[in-house]
Amino acid sequence: MRATVWCAPHKVKVESVPDPQIINRRDAIVRLTSTCICGSDLHLYDGFIPFMKPGDILGHEPMGVVEEVGADVDPAKLKVGDRVIVPFCIGCGACFFCKRGMWSCCDNTNTKPRLGEKVYGQSTAGLFGYSHLTGGYAGGQAELLRVPLADVNCQVMPQDLHDHQLVMLSDIFPTGFMAAEACGIQPDDTVAVWGCGPVGQFTIRCAMLLGAGRVVAIDDGADVPERLQMARDAGAIVIDRHEEDVYERLLDLTGGIGPDICIDAVGMEAHGNNLVEQVYDRVKTALFMENDRPAVVRQVIECCRKGGTVSIPGVYGGFDDKIPLGALMNKGLTIKTGQTHVHRFVPKLLEYVREGKIDPGFVVTHRVPLSEAPAAYEMFRRHQDGCIKVVLDPAA
Amino acid sequence: MTELDLSHDPASAVGIDPDPRIGSPADGGNASATAPRRRATNVAAGERAFSVAAGTALAALGLGRRSAAGLAVAAVGGALLHRGTTGHCSAYQALGVDTAHGRRSAEEEVAKRGIRVERSLQIARPAEELYAYWRELSNLPEFMHYLERVEVIDDRRSHWVAKPLTGLGDELSWDAEITADEPGARIAWRSLPGSTIASLGEVRFARALGDRGTDIRVTMEYVPPAGRLGHWVAKMLGTDPRKRMQDDLRRFKQLMELGEIPTNEGQPRGSCMSARG
Repeated sequence: MRATVWCAPHKVKVESVPDPQIINRRDAIVRLTSTCICGSDLHLYDGFIPFMKPGDILGHEPMGVVEEVGADVDPAKLKVGDRVIVPFCIGCGACFFCKRGMWSCCDNTNTKPRLGEKVYGQSTAGLFGYSHLTGGYAGGQAELLRVPLADVNCQVMPQDLHDHQLVMLSDIFPTGFMAAEACGIQPDDTVAVWGCGPVGQFTIRCAMLLGAGRVVAIDDGADVPERLQMARDAGAIVIDRHEEDVYERLLDLTGGIGPDICIDAVGMEAHGNNLVEQVYDRVKTALFMENDRPAVVRQVIECCRKGGTVSIPGVYGGFDDKIPLGALMNKGLTIKTGQTHVHRFVPKLLEYVREGKIDPGFVVTHRVPLSEAPAAYEMFRRHQDGCIKVVLDPAA
Repeated sequence: MTELDLSHDPASAVGIDPDPRIGSPADGGNASATAPRRRATNVAAGERAFSVAAGTALAALGLGRRSAAGLAVAAVGGALLHRGTTGHCSAYQALGVDTAHGRRSAEEEVAKRGIRVERSLQIARPAEELYAYWRELSNLPEFMHYLERVEVIDDRRSHWVAKPLTGLGDELSWDAEITADEPGARIAWRSLPGSTIASLGEVRFARALGDRGTDIRVTMEYVPPAGRLGHWVAKMLGTDPRKRMQDDLRRFKQLMELGEIPTNEGQPRGSCMSARG
């Protein structure tokens, strides 16, 4: 089959590789029909996650049709021919964490738990195509995908909806939803969302669906005007950080107290709020003295109202500097974060789609053949051609 | 019969890993978890007499020369003298050799020179189920990856065969017997006298708080053999036997909770050699 392979930072290739086989008895093989490039794939692309090996297959937002199932796959839950989305995190459904709905914290699916224990104290779930820190599983930007523990991980989908309405359930739709839902949004809340990339777009819409009084979207209008426009179209108030002082504007909008809920949908590769911060984080990360550029975390904590909630769906990898713990503590903030527990949210979000509350396909700007993945990565990274979300077509 | 019983260990009772060191205060008790403890006598009587005689002769010869070389010879003589009079040989100790003592029980061997490893892990299944799987000793190689197979001989005795290691000719195996068997709560075993690897093992199953399943606690004590066998043990158990044991227990947890051990061995990967992209 053909697959998108990580070779080095800024170097991915589409290669012919052997077809995946059933290895364990609860595995399934899925022939993919749509598979996306995620913003978090760019962290791998840019070399920010140090546990990639040349030859690793990328991709964690796939959907397709079950082609083969292992002998122990529960036939009541999954069979050949089922149309499925595959959550990016691999759960087991049986451990302490999965049983409590914390699927991305699964205790059993990371094949290299010692690594996670060294870096994080405890290892997290296996993820598809997301480095050896999360189990080293082959990813889904390919024609075929082997899904372990398939009867709990493959989520069966109806036949009458379009791929683009469903494939976002594998990651970014639940990710935006969890980021907003975790904050316990009240009708008089102002929710500020940093970053209008794909996850930010879903966060904005989910905050509205959950009844936020007002949603404010923040990004750089000189760099990504189309993303600010998409947020505006959803009904958000927009702050262009290129033109405006984010802190001043947020306080101005909220009667001087700051937003009740502040959400960082940017993550580790933020650009910095001023020149000093930009240079500081770039130098420190270049010297491997810092793993991420946590500029948005800093600003989110600064802007959030006293006693408010900070939510972080943006991905961070390691050990970062100058996090304003003083502000966090003295203002009494609550932090909500985590890799998304996708499985928990799929039924409810599918219902949202069915009821017409949201059409997740709104975010797709490009659908290209799998063979064009390398160019698509570059386009997505450089925000070219109005690119917001790329879906790869493995069959084209 | 001595049983390996941790119930008197206050540290394990409160869930703290006890001091990995072994040995009683009277023995000095200062050996580390990965090194055999220091001991007084490990040279047999005949050897000691020979050491004294040869040491005296070399010392006299060397001191008579009054040169650097002579001094060196005298030093060797002195070392032999020391070995003969104290009955302790550092080289023997490093190699794990003991010619002073004969066949011992596993408990005696372990008490003298053993390494003790202990780990616990929570598994979201009932204790009875975990006990039943473990008690079927032939299941152990499914998650203890240094084992090739365990053959059950009768209700108490079993024959354990280790995974072969390249370069090690003969099959490495030993007999063991069950020394304690409390259904749903505890299993203990030990190798029989004369085994190539003297070892004791115990697994306890205790109900976890609330509905969290079972806390299991495994203790293994073994004597690291010398020579090629020592090499095998080092390779199989690694430099950190606690981590190796944790890997075993994790596989046990996966088998019990999922029915299989997640893996990605055998999955496709790219070469980064092709021209495309």
